[in-house]
Amino acid sequence: MLSISNLRAEVDGNEILKGLSLEVPSGEVHAIMGPNGAGKSTLSYVLTGREGYEVTGGTATLDGEDLLALDPAERAAKGVFLSFQYPLEIPGVPALTFIRTAMNAQRKARGEPEVSAPEFLKLAKATAAALKIEFDMLKRALNVGFSGGEKKRMEIFQMAMLSPRFLILDETDSGLDIDALRIVSDGVNAMRSPDRSMLVITHYQRLLDYIKPDRVHVLSAGRIVASGGPELALELEREGYDKYARAA
Amino acid sequence: MAAVKQTVEHVESLEKYKHGFVTDIDQEFAPKGLSEEIVRFISAKKDEPEWMLAWRLDAYERWLAMDEPTWAKVHFPRIDYQDAYYYAAPKAKEGPKSLDEVDPDILATYEKLGIPLREQEVLAGVQGAPRYAVDAVFDSVSVVTTFKKELAQAGVIFCSMSEAIREHPELVQKYLGSVVPVSDNYYACLNSAVFSDGSFVYVPPGVRCPMELSTYFRINAENSGQFERTLIIADKGAYVSYLEGCTAPMRDENQLHAAVVELVALDDAEIKYSTVQNWYPGDPETGKGGIYNFVTKRADCRGDRAKVSWTQVETGSAITWKYPSCVLRGNESVGEFYSIAITNGRQQADTGTKMIHLGANTRSRIISKGISAGKSSNTYRGLVSAHPKAKGARNFTQCDSLLIGKACAAHTVPYVEARNGQCVFEHEATTTKLSEDQLFYAMQRGLSEEEAVQLLVNGFVKDVLQELPMEFAVEAQKLVAISLEGSVG
Repeated sequence: MLSISNLRAEVDGNEILKGLSLEVPSGEVHAIMGPNGAGKSTLSYVLTGREGYEVTGGTATLDGEDLLALDPAERAAKGVFLSFQYPLEIPGVPALTFIRTAMNAQRKARGEPEVSAPEFLKLAKATAAALKIEFDMLKRALNVGFSGGEKKRMEIFQMAMLSPRFLILDETDSGLDIDALRIVSDGVNAMRSPDRSMLVITHYQRLLDYIKPDRVHVLSAGRIVASGGPELALELEREGYDKYARAA
Repeated sequence: MAAVKQTVEHVESLEKYKHGFVTDIDQEFAPKGLSEEIVRFISAKKDEPEWMLAWRLDAYERWLAMDEPTWAKVHFPRIDYQDAYYYAAPKAKEGPKSLDEVDPDILATYEKLGIPLREQEVLAGVQGAPRYAVDAVFDSVSVVTTFKKELAQAGVIFCSMSEAIREHPELVQKYLGSVVPVSDNYYACLNSAVFSDGSFVYVPPGVRCPMELSTYFRINAENSGQFERTLIIADKGAYVSYLEGCTAPMRDENQLHAAVVELVALDDAEIKYSTVQNWYPGDPETGKGGIYNFVTKRADCRGDRAKVSWTQVETGSAITWKYPSCVLRGNESVGEFYSIAITNGRQQADTGTKMIHLGANTRSRIISKGISAGKSSNTYRGLVSAHPKAKGARNFTQCDSLLIGKACAAHTVPYVEARNGQCVFEHEATTTKLSEDQLFYAMQRGLSEEEAVQLLVNGFVKDVLQELPMEFAVEAQKLVAISLEGSVG
């Protein structure tokens, strides 16, 4: 699925990713943990093609296709989805309109027909119910006046609607209370499937109690410095990142 | 009487401004320039009564003594008023009596623009689809008005201004110039002298006009000014919704458009006036060739509880200079102004409204959304004033500006004058830049950069779009997208 090799990237001339390598096979969930400033969010932006995040070396491919050559919308159409750490407010654009526009843009890019209104509504209603989102909320401007938890839930809603192949969850647990965390995690877990992979970026182990990773990687100073099974997350929780900060 | 000059060579890139085509029809011009003779010529051409000619000549005299205003935040080379044509009309031996007598090329033009003139086609349309009557003005002359018979049954008069002057002189004499006086301002005064045609609407007491009325203005001839004059009267308890649309071919020379629109609402009457203005904005790099849109629009809520709402979507013209206003004379009368003004390329817009509260407990509401992109400049200029007698007057104003890119400018110039202590005026203003975070967010979901801009902009203008009649809201939304093409990156 995702294959990153020796990836280097800089922001405003400062190198943040310094030769990062990572393999996420199909059907697996990998967690990226690391101290603040390690480059976790930079990795998510580089993979999604955000302007200002300049790749200076290395490769990143999705099913063998060069991701770095594509613009953000093309990557989205290929099935790359980023759940934002800080979802943006879109005034005047109802959530449903936003998602339907996105869905049709992706379909168009893939040469598929537009989604029909009844088909879309049916899907939206079922998805909203599963995530315990009031349907009326989807008629409001996306994220405007939503609480932190509602915004995160809305990210998962969009993810479920767009049904991407490769999911990046950037600090999805931040700002969530336990109940919201459970709902969000259930939503994410429901999306696990053999032909879908996930990269779960988190600072704390807590989220991984709910979304069980197949592999855990430690990102420090722009490189993966350690990899292991789920037990690695527990070790980090106990001992902190100091050891790895020194190793970097 | 020169025939129309072929100007196809001037029309270079039609794909950018899709209404930029020229229709090659036989036209009749008045000689170039402006003089008393020209005013007489226009009046004679239209077979006007003596009082109308006198009115025009009086306006011309006053205009000669006036100076061009310079206070607006727009810049353009001095206009040579002697270098333009003041009358251009499609050549026809007699006025067309039915649609079949209208030059097929003109009908084809309207077809290209998507304006339904053939009633039977409109009638054959989707069942339950809203119908609207159209008055089509081609250069200076109204070429056809549809649905007249059906409107007449309801007692509604909807015809060209020339026809109204001939057929309904008592109404025209009573109301023409009663809202915008002859010498109100330089351009209105010029219009009063040389106005060519426009629409006239009268809705009798208690009548709710059975359909949307619409006028479509098209400038076709080269170097010709277009000076329409529109007069709408809603008598006591009447209601009418009216929409105007405007397009013009692409030219190398700037063309002047100086219209005057007067609305009169008597007791308990309501007028809803919507504009979708898409005159040619000029070359995006040099600004050459666009329309100078210097328009005076004013409504008089003459009766108690009268209501007027202006809704405008301004996307075209090289320079837009207009302030659709409401004089809230009647007690408890209501004025509303909803505006979307978009400037791109080298466009300049100085637009806004005036809400003049004269009566007691009058209310007004202003929602203005200005969007600037490219190297354009967009100014909101508005006045809210309350007379000493306007006790209990209320106004709410919201002016939002959205900037796209680094080379554009937005200005907000609100004037507020409260001359009694019992009014409540609220003013809110915001200026935001289209955020890169928002753009990236939408792009990550699969939207191209342009689609992302369109979506965000449509969200920004939504409050105003929803004030437009449904079918025009859709058109306006598309127009918003087209005018901002190429505004990013």
